[in-house]
Amino acid sequence: MSGAPTVGVLALQGDVREHLAALTAQGATAVPVRRPEELAAVDGLVLPGGESTTIAKLAVRFGLMDPLRAAVRAGLPVYGSCAGMVLLADRLLAAPAGQETVGGLDVTVRRNAFGRQVDSFESTVRLGGEAVPAVFIRAPWVEEAGPGVEVLGRVVGGEGDGKIVAVRQGDLLATSFHPELTGDRRVHALFVDIVRDARERRSGAVAGDERRADT
Amino acid sequence: MSVPDQTSPRATGTAAVKRGMAEQLKGGVIMDVVTAEQARIAEDAGAVAVMALERVPADIRAQGGIARMSDPDMISSIVSAVSIPVMAKARIGHFVEAQVLQSLGVDYVDESEVLTPADEAHHIDKHAFTVPFVCGATDLGEALRRIAEGAAMIRSKGEAGTGNVVEAVRHMRAIRAGIRKLTTLDETELFVAAKELRAPHDLVAEVARTGKLPVVLFTAGGIATPADAAMMMQLGAEGVFVGSGIFKSGDPAQRAAAIVQATTFSDDPEVIAKVSRGLGEAMVGINVATLPDSERFATRGW
Repeated sequence: MSGAPTVGVLALQGDVREHLAALTAQGATAVPVRRPEELAAVDGLVLPGGESTTIAKLAVRFGLMDPLRAAVRAGLPVYGSCAGMVLLADRLLAAPAGQETVGGLDVTVRRNAFGRQVDSFESTVRLGGEAVPAVFIRAPWVEEAGPGVEVLGRVVGGEGDGKIVAVRQGDLLATSFHPELTGDRRVHALFVDIVRDARERRSGAVAGDERRADT
Repeated sequence: MSVPDQTSPRATGTAAVKRGMAEQLKGGVIMDVVTAEQARIAEDAGAVAVMALERVPADIRAQGGIARMSDPDMISSIVSAVSIPVMAKARIGHFVEAQVLQSLGVDYVDESEVLTPADEAHHIDKHAFTVPFVCGATDLGEALRRIAEGAAMIRSKGEAGTGNVVEAVRHMRAIRAGIRKLTTLDETELFVAAKELRAPHDLVAEVARTGKLPVVLFTAGGIATPADAAMMMQLGAEGVFVGSGIFKSGDPAQRAAAIVQATTFSDDPEVIAKVSRGLGEAMVGINVATLPDSERFATRGW
């Protein structure tokens, strides 16, 4: 299989445009997703920043929650930033009673963990060996990560020093911060690579001969 | 693995943090509420934030008098009732009301013409605050003046408390047309444009280059139905404030949910038709053309 991977951005509410632009800059074909048939057509999906309670309610009302859960179970690569991290979490703290999530990521996430908007901040995050500029807005953190979850980044200094703010579990990726707002494209580059690799594996599994014939 | 020493200290209240907060609200509906109970109804309906105030604009109109910042008790009860962001209104120019709201932990301050202005010449210096501000505007020049003062989000003024969308349409069209016009001008012409807009040249040049405001643009003022909200989105709003339109209607919970859905699917008439069915009474409206100038909110602010 060749050509750019198609990466959707869940477009029920939030900073959809910034994610679409960041994905396009990484060579993906970026498309908004609001309906089950649109979800079915993507190789990977971004759950954007926004208000997680609103996004979850709209997903339920428009019949998108179950298809989202099924897609994650079936192995669709998904990246969630901020509200998207909340939506990917299997377990939530400090959430309104009955808030639903897509789930799939074996973590416990604390909503608004760093405080209210007056506590929102810019700082640096250690991502792998690198220092990455990050914007945190009423941001969550990962309180507890399961054994299959790789910790990619932690907060440096200040309130919540050392808290987990970037994780990966297989083809699921999540950050507490908003790389779509800062212009630093390393997280989106990583996710588009994950999507490409997943697509290679899938097409390799069903059409290995065809791919060899292409090269 | 060694970590390069490039870490910068934590910074709160930066432009990126203030404007970034508004980016998270895009595509959403912010609802006026006067009690914790209304705030919970709004959150359940899918509001992306609530605006805490003492009286909705329709009541401020009906009752007259001086409209001020709400009682801190009432704002605190709303802050603790919901998990979504809470905004609150300060009078134009009343920087102490804004200081109080910041100390209460509200997530956004609306320097609002719906309240009675406290200063006839000066808006609040919004750079001096950690909490971000949203301000109303009737045209591009006004929007850019507010951004120069530190506003991190702009909304149309509309004519609040009327249930009449006509002024919000006028303001949204004026702002968008102003932006489009700037993109057609050359560098020399931008200096005159800045003079005519009574706005800083650097902001005018930025808008000319990018074709958009440097902050998020919402609509407000007179939105009462799902179709109103969807029309404003199609006219270029990035989200919707609904004031009196929800809790002055027959079935607030259902109308609130319907307006949220119509905002998300603003380009899909079938969804808007579906959510508009059986909504009950909309708020009783006021024809803006019959309002004397002294009763218009949109002319407040400069």
